Amino acid sequence: MKQHSKTILAAVAALPFLVSLPVFAQGAVAEQWRWLTFLVFGVIIAMTLFVTYIAARRVRSASDFYTAGGGVTGMQNGWAIAGDYLSAASFLGIAGLISIWGYDGFMYSVGWLVAYITVLLVIAEPCRNIGKYTLADILAYRNNPKATRIVGALSVITVSIFYLTAQMVGGGVLVKTLIGIDYVVSVVVVGILMLGYVLFGGMVATTWVQIIKAVLLVTASIVLVILVWAQYGFFGDFLANVIGDAQVQGRVAQILGDAAKNMSGQELGQRFLEPGLLFKAPIDQISLGMALVFGTAGLPHILMRFFTVPTAQEARKSVLWAMGIIGGFYLLTLFLGMGAAMKVGAPGIMAVDAGGNMAAPLLAQALGGGPDSLLGNFMLAFVAAVAFATIVAVVAGLVLAAASAIAHDLYVGVVRGEHATQTEQVRAARIATVFVGAVAIIIGIAAQGQNVAHLVALAFAVASSANFPCILMTLYWKRCNTGGIVAGMLVGTLAAIGLVLVSPNMTYPKAIKAAAQTALDGAIAKQAVIDADLASGDAARADKAKQAQAALDKAVAKAKGDLEKFKDQETSMVGLEKPLFELRNPGLISIPLGFLAVILGSLLYRDKRAEEMWDEFYVRQNTGILAARATQH
Amino acid sequence: MTAANINWEAINADPRFQNLHKKKTRFLLMLMVIAIGYYFLLPIGAAYFTDIFKIKVAGPVNVGLLFALSEFIVAWGVAFYYSVRAKQFDEMAQALIRDAEKIGRQS
Repeated sequence: MKQHSKTILAAVAALPFLVSLPVFAQGAVAEQWRWLTFLVFGVIIAMTLFVTYIAARRVRSASDFYTAGGGVTGMQNGWAIAGDYLSAASFLGIAGLISIWGYDGFMYSVGWLVAYITVLLVIAEPCRNIGKYTLADILAYRNNPKATRIVGALSVITVSIFYLTAQMVGGGVLVKTLIGIDYVVSVVVVGILMLGYVLFGGMVATTWVQIIKAVLLVTASIVLVILVWAQYGFFGDFLANVIGDAQVQGRVAQILGDAAKNMSGQELGQRFLEPGLLFKAPIDQISLGMALVFGTAGLPHILMRFFTVPTAQEARKSVLWAMGIIGGFYLLTLFLGMGAAMKVGAPGIMAVDAGGNMAAPLLAQALGGGPDSLLGNFMLAFVAAVAFATIVAVVAGLVLAAASAIAHDLYVGVVRGEHATQTEQVRAARIATVFVGAVAIIIGIAAQGQNVAHLVALAFAVASSANFPCILMTLYWKRCNTGGIVAGMLVGTLAAIGLVLVSPNMTYPKAIKAAAQTALDGAIAKQAVIDADLASGDAARADKAKQAQAALDKAVAKAKGDLEKFKDQETSMVGLEKPLFELRNPGLISIPLGFLAVILGSLLYRDKRAEEMWDEFYVRQNTGILAARATQH
Repeated sequence: MTAANINWEAINADPRFQNLHKKKTRFLLMLMVIAIGYYFLLPIGAAYFTDIFKIKVAGPVNVGLLFALSEFIVAWGVAFYYSVRAKQFDEMAQALIRDAEKIGRQS
């Protein structure tokens, strides 16, 4: 085993270098600096593989594999939770949102921190006291173990696969955008690296990779923010610089369009610090907020982290650490995002990635001296490598959560009726890991070019509508039983997915084609204006016209592409011409539905055992009596 | 200590446990309502009280920015307050853990 793992680790380590050569395309990093990027990537990956190698020797039992033997401290776990949470979506995504939308992007970050209040207050400690390896352990405790394990595992697998797909596609696009490695190759490299961590190092390696990555991420952000402050001043001066910045003012003018005509530069800049540039549908925002605040507590890879600490007190400590790190990080993000808006500018950021995801890496490059400097490219490479490590580590945590649901809940719990030796359990866990890893790679490749941003929202929607009501009710409501859990899991999951399938998140070819046609029709008139400007002989007008021409050409190409792409398609995936349900985030409806299903299911189903077990269950979750025993098993 | 020689029913009925349960439940409920309620004031305020959010307090700093920053303070404050109170709950639970095998049995 040991010799075997060495060979594989060496092969995995060499992979990024071997496969990178023939598959370059254009990326954010200029060709002559690519060696530097690979050097930095190589060093960070080598560090994580070294940790995996050390960890591999410590993984012997199922408990080692799933929960690092319960031997992680509160502080370590706090960093690992922060690492799990500060995925590429929140690190790159929120900095990007702030850089192109200002205040609304910052407002968006708040929900991600408040989410941990729910985890801290009602989930972390009881789950540590009751559970062993998985979410379904908690559900199965006083209910019919087989029925609840099946629905629990299915929901965990659903949430993990949604989240996983978003991460895999995001990772592939990120690497492609930054250094121009082919998408498919990126996805395969992310998948194989992740498999290396999980397969050999289990939860021990996954935890330490998360810790290393979180420390690197926070360090990089602090350095960048200090550089931003050095140039633009601290809080008050910084904001004064933001509103006075020509690029920021230009961006606001661009967003507001005609409404901006009578506004002064300062007014435009100030508008960047006011709400409403991005979010136009408050109900949708509240709905998303609900999914974040209740969904985080139901995310299987976050929940699983609380089984890695020895006691409820350590679980509590880990959430406190995580909240400190995550909150501090989002405060830094405000300066990263607005710093990028000034230093790089929204047009430059959106030219590389329309969603703004490259704001932080581009800011790093600009602060280091720009695209032609050694330091600038080193800093870009460092931030990019950290983002890459982030994706691999988050994917590792998700695969571990899904694999534990398959191996521990479905195989050992349901098929083998809880009877399996340690060796069998670890083998089952490893086989399930390879299976989930392979599925992740295949889905990642299949989903190339798809818009997967809504999949993260969908993962949160299912977690908040199915997992959260079931866990909360079984922990705190005596009458809750098997009927409630099964009904809650099914209704919550189906409601969340069903509502998204008929929501504006899906692609509606008819509407896209209509928009494309309108754009093409309007292009003729716009072309006439541009032609007139070009012929006017006025240099300033001609300059503007040239920019307008480039934008118009792009819009026309896109419209033509859309018409061609949806030539034979009139309806969305589920056969709709337009959305049936106007909210992009279903939480507002699906969370209450999930709770209702748990309550009705429990009341309609008679389950004496669930009530008889209540005293034991409730005393244990509150006091932690016998909790240490659960980890030893 | 094994599950077999613990009388869970008796522990649940023990006045000390009942006291812990009542205090903890009330405390957690209150804190949840405050924290979550305060959070939702942000998107609601940004959408429906935009004019208040735009009021400038000092230089470019407006009410909206200060309110968003206060969300961090409140979240951290709630977490800190919880951690302080939770230590008291730990102590109350400690007595029960110590006597777990004795409660509800003749000794």
